[in-house]
Amino acid sequence: MTCLEARGLRKAYGPKVALDGIDLRLEEGRILGLIGPNGAGKSTALQAITGLIPYDGALKVLGRDPWKDRGALMNDVCFIADVAVLPRWMRVRQAIDFMAGVHPWFDRERAEAFLARTNIATTDKVRQLSKGMVTQLHLALVMAVDARLLVLDEPTLGLDLLYRKQFYKALLNDYFDGNRTIVVSTHDVSEVEHILTDVVFVNRGRVVFESSMEDVEARFAEVVVPPEQMSAARALQPIQERQAFGRNILLFDNRDRARLSALGEVRNASLAEVFVALLSRDAAPSRRTAA
Amino acid sequence: MSDRPLPMAEAAAVPWTRAFYWSLRRELWEHRALYLAPLAVAAFAMLIHLLATFTTAGVRSASLADPARSRGFMMHYDAVTGLIVISALLVGVLYAVGALYGERRDRSVLFWKSLPVSDTTTVLSKAAVPMLVLPVVIFGLAVAATIVMAALQSFVWSLQGFDPRTLWGRLDLPFLWLSLLYGLPFMVLWYAPIYAWLLLVSAWAPRWPFMWAAAPFLAAFIVQHTILHHTVGHWALERRLGGGVIQPFSAGGEGKVWIERLSDLEPLRLYTLPGLWVGVALAAAFLAAAIHMRRTRGPI
Repeated sequence: MTCLEARGLRKAYGPKVALDGIDLRLEEGRILGLIGPNGAGKSTALQAITGLIPYDGALKVLGRDPWKDRGALMNDVCFIADVAVLPRWMRVRQAIDFMAGVHPWFDRERAEAFLARTNIATTDKVRQLSKGMVTQLHLALVMAVDARLLVLDEPTLGLDLLYRKQFYKALLNDYFDGNRTIVVSTHDVSEVEHILTDVVFVNRGRVVFESSMEDVEARFAEVVVPPEQMSAARALQPIQERQAFGRNILLFDNRDRARLSALGEVRNASLAEVFVALLSRDAAPSRRTAA
Repeated sequence: MSDRPLPMAEAAAVPWTRAFYWSLRRELWEHRALYLAPLAVAAFAMLIHLLATFTTAGVRSASLADPARSRGFMMHYDAVTGLIVISALLVGVLYAVGALYGERRDRSVLFWKSLPVSDTTTVLSKAAVPMLVLPVVIFGLAVAATIVMAALQSFVWSLQGFDPRTLWGRLDLPFLWLSLLYGLPFMVLWYAPIYAWLLLVSAWAPRWPFMWAAAPFLAAFIVQHTILHHTVGHWALERRLGGGVIQPFSAGGEGKVWIERLSDLEPLRLYTLPGLWVGVALAAAFLAAAIHMRRTRGPI
């Protein structure tokens, strides 16, 4: 079943175009990474999906129009906007009570069980918690909701490495069950690449690239090319060349693996490298004038 | 993990009354001053009352002898009730100015909006705080405070050798409570446009909601006095601000004599004042605009 479908999604703030016609389609049970540099339009896209802002174009989330129907949509969608948006005056107990009061799918015991594994006490006020603990609390609240779609907008921004790892580990182990759908935005590819099933690169309000992760693995390959093979390798038109430890590493898109292995050691490209290669092409000077 | 069938037809939702109830509770969690401030004012006023009761034995004997002055015994009780009313109204003003501004400033609006509570429910729950919760706080506190005061005064009287039953004969607390029940609904409706205006500005203001709320009135005031040289707007504003108390609690709404007995109550005059219903219509328009603002304005 389709969880999310956008066609020609556009949003402008005055003369500044944040989303310049985005097409997206996501089935239920997937984990989509929305990846792009700062200011690419990721947050705007997620705000449109969660009914926080009006937009132009067609958008359906779980069959609903998010702008017209935010209240009802939020029965089935959870959203972590950013770190530290939990109200600072609130006690943990109050947050749990409130969620249990207004959310049809909130399971108090689940939230309490998750919190029991942290250093957070139910009598604590949010203002007393560290940034990392606030994120843990928010995640505990969200994980206790049996939602069909979870939207995360840079959920680990400002957290140290340890908390980031814990966050994604908890998300994958305790939350994701194959029925739910997760959309996560980040500007840091490496922290999410291992949990995604699908990926979309956005830049300057447009989709630059979209693919399932299996296809990314099938399409892109890195080859460590010895100097004597460089001209043969370049003939195959790598999309990126870089040097690491005095070796040439070339990134190829959609080239026959057998021909590549003749050039040198072939390995899977990291999503981060694919991202850098595709985004730097997108930022080529000839295109930049259009923006 | 999911123990409900997927895909579902139509999601079960919490009824709006329940979302409203929890939203209202949420406001009281955050803004404890809503009841603590009037409570503190009442406690302080009662302390003054206790001290005065100790030191006015001479006045008391004179008053007891003169039936015309017996109303004087109610003075403290009226005054404490008045202080509770005024402090609650002011706390309500401070609350309304910040209610929809604070959540945008600390970005917590993004959390609240991630929950299945509509903007209408949220704004109405915030409007209900000064318009429903505060009148209840006022009435509850006033009844409790006047009972405690009467008990304290009876105790002091017996210590000083007076029969407290004489006091009870002169105190008309039931009328005080009844007049509150009669006047508070009017007060709510009369002040509704003010609170609704403050909520609207609170939902819209990019900064300094208090200043923006007062700005149009200040501007009109200055224009009137410096250019037009008349004071109609000034007079209208005064009438609105004072009216919530003067209309129900003074004879004929003229602000000269306070009501004292059942026959002074004029519900028909009170609830057919055109100004009352014009204000209610304005309040509804302001609230509708505030709901629209809550929907469209993001965090600042």
